[in-house]
Amino acid sequence: MPEPHKPTTLHLAAALSAPGAPRPYTAADWTRRVRLAEDGALDFVTLTDAFGERGPDALQALTVTAPATARVGLVPAVTTTHTEPFHLQAAVATLDWVSGGRAGWLPAVSTTEAEARLFGRRPAAPAAALWHEAAEVAEAAGRLWDSWEDDAEIRDLATGRFVDRDKLHYADFTGRTFSVRGPSIVPRPPQGRPVVVADTASPHARDLAARHADVALVHAQGPAAARAAREELLARAEAAGRDPGTLRVLAVLTVDLGGGEYAAVPSHGGGGPRAGGAGSPAVYRGGPVDLAELVTAWHDTGAVDGFHFVPADPDRDLERLINGTVALLQHRGRFRTFYPGATLRDHLGLARPASRYAAARGADRSATTQGEPA
Amino acid sequence: MTSRPMHLAAHFPGVNNTTVWAEDAQTSPPPAGPGGRQIAFSSFTHLARTAERGLFDFFFLAEGLRLREHQGRIHDLDVVGRPESLTVLTALAATTERLGLAATVNATFNEPYELARRLATLDHLSAGRAAWNVVTSFDAFTGENFRRGGFLDRADRYTRAAEFVATARALWDAAAPDGAGQPVTHTGQHFGIEGRFGLPRSPQGHPVVIQAGDSPEGREFAAAAADVIFTRHGTLEAGRAFYTDVKDRLPAHGRRPEELKIMPGVTFVLGDTDAEAQENAVEIRRRQISPQNALYALEQIWGIDLSGHDPDGPLPEADPDVDSTFVQGRVKHGDPRQIAEKWRALSAEKGLSSRETVIEATGRQSFVGTPAAVAEQMISFVDRRAADGFILVPHLTPDGLDPFVDRVVPILQERGAFRTEYTGTTLRDHLGLPAPRPRTEAGRG
Ligand SMILES: Cc1cc2nc3c(=O)[nH]c(=O)nc-3n(C[C@H](O)[C@H](O)[C@H](O)COP(=O)(O)O)c2cc1C
Repeated sequence: MPEPHKPTTLHLAAALSAPGAPRPYTAADWTRRVRLAEDGALDFVTLTDAFGERGPDALQALTVTAPATARVGLVPAVTTTHTEPFHLQAAVATLDWVSGGRAGWLPAVSTTEAEARLFGRRPAAPAAALWHEAAEVAEAAGRLWDSWEDDAEIRDLATGRFVDRDKLHYADFTGRTFSVRGPSIVPRPPQGRPVVVADTASPHARDLAARHADVALVHAQGPAAARAAREELLARAEAAGRDPGTLRVLAVLTVDLGGGEYAAVPSHGGGGPRAGGAGSPAVYRGGPVDLAELVTAWHDTGAVDGFHFVPADPDRDLERLINGTVALLQHRGRFRTFYPGATLRDHLGLARPASRYAAARGADRSATTQGEPA
Repeated sequence: MTSRPMHLAAHFPGVNNTTVWAEDAQTSPPPAGPGGRQIAFSSFTHLARTAERGLFDFFFLAEGLRLREHQGRIHDLDVVGRPESLTVLTALAATTERLGLAATVNATFNEPYELARRLATLDHLSAGRAAWNVVTSFDAFTGENFRRGGFLDRADRYTRAAEFVATARALWDAAAPDGAGQPVTHTGQHFGIEGRFGLPRSPQGHPVVIQAGDSPEGREFAAAAADVIFTRHGTLEAGRAFYTDVKDRLPAHGRRPEELKIMPGVTFVLGDTDAEAQENAVEIRRRQISPQNALYALEQIWGIDLSGHDPDGPLPEADPDVDSTFVQGRVKHGDPRQIAEKWRALSAEKGLSSRETVIEATGRQSFVGTPAAVAEQMISFVDRRAADGFILVPHLTPDGLDPFVDRVVPILQERGAFRTEYTGTTLRDHLGLPAPRPRTEAGRG
């Protein structure tokens, strides 16, 4: 048995909506929700998205809150099945620019015939093929985010050059269903690469998570299952050639705090998520205080690096989560009370990656230097 | 009002050599955070707020989906790099209150359902300020960044754009207050879609549609479907001819002249005296056409490698290579041989070097003078029906518009030619456009 990987300090995130919950359409409503999360110093908020369902475009709903917030990470879902990888990466990079380095991307796929008919471009496909494509989009996006080196803009009056074209790179990605030439039209975003948050609810999403994600979301009914899911993902990341220390794993927990302060589900005593059938989402029903206990207990046993909460009723539960559970965790010294860093990568304790092309050029240069006499 | 009311828009400085990037030409320090002036969000906020302070109708972003190339290499002499338009405009919805927000989005490399949804989202989040500049593309060079890959036949670009706009409007019309909406079915040459839109009707009903193509097909498409035309015809004579041509096309589509606003893209240079303004204009032209940029401009016309050519010497002796393909990612204007002929004549007549010829021949500023003189010229354009308003293109990022708003707008207002407050909340209100007509025929069945 390899040594289990020790979890990091606690990371907390929240979804701004829940499946089936009505979604607002005004900037003020979304800003209020994001500010609440920021008041609780959460790492980030997420917003799911699906074509044909009711609600605004998720990336835009989070983008409109960026100028009115300062620290919290903004992680919209953007689907990869009927969209253009080039536009997707440009939009996420732009969110990173307008938010000062707080953007993330939650890859999602469109599996239904209803979604396919809204585009009429390709029929619905099996989840395995769509997640394979999503992983290819993640690879292409990563290359395009790196395609401008950080110092590509030079404004050199002597030679009349605005950019150093040697620091702009073709992505030249060719996958099964698309290819992209590049470079991006957007200069390298503040975080280098925005944070990729992969939900592993579909087993087909795990390869994407292991290879491309900075944060993986796992679904588990208890700490033992969560720990197993985390270890498996970290092992796969390592097998893919990554440092497992660059992947954070958060457990997804739907929280229903409607029952009042101490009214945890009786059979539970507030001890953990209610067991559903296999594959059903982990649901916590109870009070905010017992939820704080649960968070501490899971984190103490080394099961996960933190939690991604999905409020059952966003209007009610987000507020109780922040002012109840998170406030208590902060009071007990288990969670940050302010943001020491500025970017989402800072919050997650993840380093800003160098552009893969800059690194390659650096390697070339040292190779030549070595080969030449001094 | 003593004059016809004028409409004004602010163009974020373009990804081309109109934008002067040299630090020593700037009027303010570089942005505090990461990123240069051309990408920092503070630049977008500054320009948008300046436009809103000037009570402008809208803020405008162009689009380019592939970095320009020259001789197979990325063009490096001009500003380059920009945000994705709809995302940055969505953020600007939070930093402005009344200003319209217009994104250029290509109809060739997008799909109606997704774009209609993104535009409707912007319209909701901005409380009715969204606009879409529909551009078309047929080049395989840009296509290499997209699933579509290849390209459209040149003739098909406007049939696709027209069908795209009709389909988007069918989706917007099917929106219901609760977001459920009527089912939409559209089957056409370019798109076959079916389903429900998913958003409630947005504040404007239909975001404003802008068109920016100049061919007969482009003009016809605008006459049939656009609310605003963004045109290059920025001189009085060319403007009047274009204006008449396009407005005359409207009755055939059952539309009145005021339902389509014509707004040329224009530049301006101010000075305290006329002489000072002229001096400033010359200095700006010299900045815009560096020696390297002069050679680049020649290579674009001649289509041959001129890297050894002296920009301060005479024009190249060789004739243009008309079949050259080494300039990519840029719309070509006119026949290279004719242009070369004209430039030679100009150079001979005035005794100009290569660089001086390029400075003289290309992209002269539209309005040069004292604030009062510039205001006068603009009013006369509108009164003489060469334009309904202007899309102003400043040459400095981000504060190139400030002098115009500070010095010209008050004169336009005094003259009764421009609003002194926003009287409505939506971009349609600012432009004086009618509420969108319910569509009975298009796209529903
Ligand atoms: C004033 C003006 C602005 C334009 N801006 C853009 C732009 O930002 N992005 C783009 O891809 N094309 C732009 N175009 C190109 C047009 O969409 C179109 O492709 C081109 O004019 C060729 O069409 P045409 O033959 O009808 O003129 C612009 C055209 C004009 C006249």
